[in-house]
This record gives sequence, C-alpha cells and structure tokens, in this order.
Amino acid sequence: MRIDHHPSEDILLAYAAGDLPESWSLLVATHIALCPVCRADVSTAEAIGGSLLADETPAVLSSDALAATLMRVQADDTAVEAESAAHDHATPPILPQPLRGYCGGDLDDLKWKALGRNAQHIPLVRGADGATARLLKIPAGQPVPTHGHNGLELTLVLQGSFVDGESRFGRGDVETADDAVEHQPVAEPGLDCICLAVTDAPLRFRSPFARLVQPLIGI
Amino acid sequence: MSTIGSSNTGADWNAVLCSVADQDREAFAALFNHFAPRVKSYMLRLGSDNAMAEELVQESFSKVWRKAGQFDPGRASASTWIFSIARNMRIDVFRRENRPELDPNDPALVPDAPQAADAMVEQKQTAERIGSAIAELPEEQRQVVHLSFFEDKTHAEISDYLEIPLGTVKSRIRLAFARIKASLGEDYGEIQK
Ligand SMILES: [Zn+2]
Repeated sequence: MRIDHHPSEDILLAYAAGDLPESWSLLVATHIALCPVCRADVSTAEAIGGSLLADETPAVLSSDALAATLMRVQADDTAVEAESAAHDHATPPILPQPLRGYCGGDLDDLKWKALGRNAQHIPLVRGADGATARLLKIPAGQPVPTHGHNGLELTLVLQGSFVDGESRFGRGDVETADDAVEHQPVAEPGLDCICLAVTDAPLRFRSPFARLVQPLIGI
Repeated sequence: MSTIGSSNTGADWNAVLCSVADQDREAFAALFNHFAPRVKSYMLRLGSDNAMAEELVQESFSKVWRKAGQFDPGRASASTWIFSIARNMRIDVFRRENRPELDPNDPALVPDAPQAADAMVEQKQTAERIGSAIAELPEEQRQVVHLSFFEDKTHAEISDYLEIPLGTVKSRIRLAFARIKASLGEDYGEIQK
C-alpha cells in the first residue's frame, strides 16, 4: 500500500498538541494507523510537547498531593490496565482502531443508512465544534453526488478507491477539500468505496433533489 | 535505586517509569516529585484554577500508575508519555470529548519500517535533540509552538492573540517543525511525502 495523499502538517500538529476537536482527531488517528510516515510526524510533535513539559517551570503542589494520589491508586489497585489483548482475527480487519471502536465493529457488522441515490452512510461523531464524522459507502463505479463546501472536508479512504479530477485516492489516502473546491469524486470499479468523511459545515449539494433531501438526512 | 537519587537533569526517567510498571512505589514517588509540579503548571496555563489543577494532577498520575505497563521506551520518552496522558486528561475534563488514539497492537495497523536494534537509545537521543532544537528556534517560532502546545490555542486563536495573520502563524509553526525534524537527521521518516 502506497499512500500519496496525507493530511496537512497543521492538522497533525494540532492533533499532537490536543487542539484538534474529536471528529478531525478520529480521522487523524485512523490515518496514522495506516500511515507510518504521518505516525512518525505525530510522534515527533508529541515529543515537542514532552520536551516543553520537561522544561516547564514547576508549580507549587499541595504538600499532601503525593499521598492523595497514592490513596487514589490504592483505592483503585485492581485497575492496572494491561496492553490491549492480542486479537484473534484470521485476517486483519479493514477498519483500523480507533475507527473500529467508533463503528462498533468491522465492515461486516455495520448497519448502513441510505444517503440519496445508491450511496449509504453511518454518522459517527458530531463534535462540540459542529464538525461531523461519518462513514460513507459509494458503490463501485458510481459518482459521489456533486457538492461544494462551506468549510473544510477531509476524506480518508478505507476500502476501494476514487478518482477526483487528476488525482486517485486509495486505502489510507486523505483528500483535503476546502470551500474553494467543487469536486466530483467517482468511485473506481472493483470494491465499493468506503471512506471516513469529516466536514466542518453542511455540504452544499448542487442537484435540486439533493438540496431537497439534505435537511432530512441531516448532512 | 541509583537513578532516583541523581539530579533531575541526570535522572533516567525512562528507567524510573519502567520501574513504576513493576509496581515500584518508590520509583512512582520520584517520578511524581519531578513531573507532577510541571503537569500542574501545564494545567494552570490551560486555565484551570488551583484546586482544579491539583485534581487534574492527581487524576493524571493515577493514570500514569495504571498505564505504566503500556509505556514503551522504544516509542517515546517518559516526559512525552506523561505529556500525552496530561493532554488527554485535559481534553476529557475541559472539552468533555473523547480522544481518539491509535492502538499500537491493532492487527490492522500498518507497521513501521523495521527499526534499528538500538531504537531505545535512539528515542533518548531523539528527546535530547528535540529539546535543543526547540531551544535554538527563533523566538517568534518558539512562541507559536508554545502557545499551540501549552496554552490550548488553535492556530486561529494564536492569530488573534498575537495580532498576526493566520497564514503567518501556520508558516511559523511549519518552519519550527521543519527545523525540529531536520535536527533528527536526514533519514527521518525514510519515505518522503
Ligand atoms: Zn500520512
């Protein structure tokens, strides 16, 4: 698997700093499970946080802080968290963590909802910032309904692939579209294309039918 | 344990944290005495009052105790690992949101390119090099990095706060990150984006 399209460095840094809201963070965390290059960048950015912490001027703690913490630990002594258990999947799941947890299982376990034409979706997160994360399924060979944006949209491919203009997006790739872009992604033949899509504003669909159903399906 | 008695700068906190994983309370006390006042500063900067900051410190270090077995010195230094725990604690408490994190043991995870056998030593060097790279950043770059990591400010908020354009904030952060990555050597990342 070769990944050609990555999220911007800004987004990776904001994720490491803890400034990125949940919907976007879900996409970044899922991408870095598939992309060792961005995973290394996030580790480096977290090491910046570690280095700043090491250099932080110490604040004065209450004199009983350690004792109080040890009391908490003692009260809670059974709750030592082990490494996550080894999984017994014969083949690796298609959906990596943490996405699989948000979906309640892998692809076979999902309950899709209709989204216009043949497309289907599963809403996953609506963050405090208003951004939504959803799983999208576009049948192989079909176009995604034409849409522009009121804000930023990130789309991470999990299965299959799509082509948008000159660019091709396969498993692990992230397409970044802002409000300047009106695009026409088309799923390639083969497997149905399954993506994690995060948008920070309702999509503006172009077709009158899509505009009509947009309030009903809540995207 | 000899590492605990040494000065703060000389202490091998990775080794101390590994001892905490073996339920060593003396090691935990040493780790707490060094890092808890720093975590409290971090929480105070992010806008909690004194009582809340104390609470968050105690919660963070309860987590440190419970999760110490997951610490892998080949992947992160002790200070980075503690930073991650404190960061996630504040997201949980201040923002009331979940923090999506990858699972390093997930069978769907695409593994790193094979690492050198001395990866553990490398991680320690990594932390040192990043520390000196940050110290050598131009002040205007160091400032935006600090605001982003330690004051919970989004890039847009930093732009308002410093009264500079958003594009300037982003380019300073990018330049800072490029310098820090450059300090880690030419083989960084292996594959070019
Ligand atoms: Zn990537």
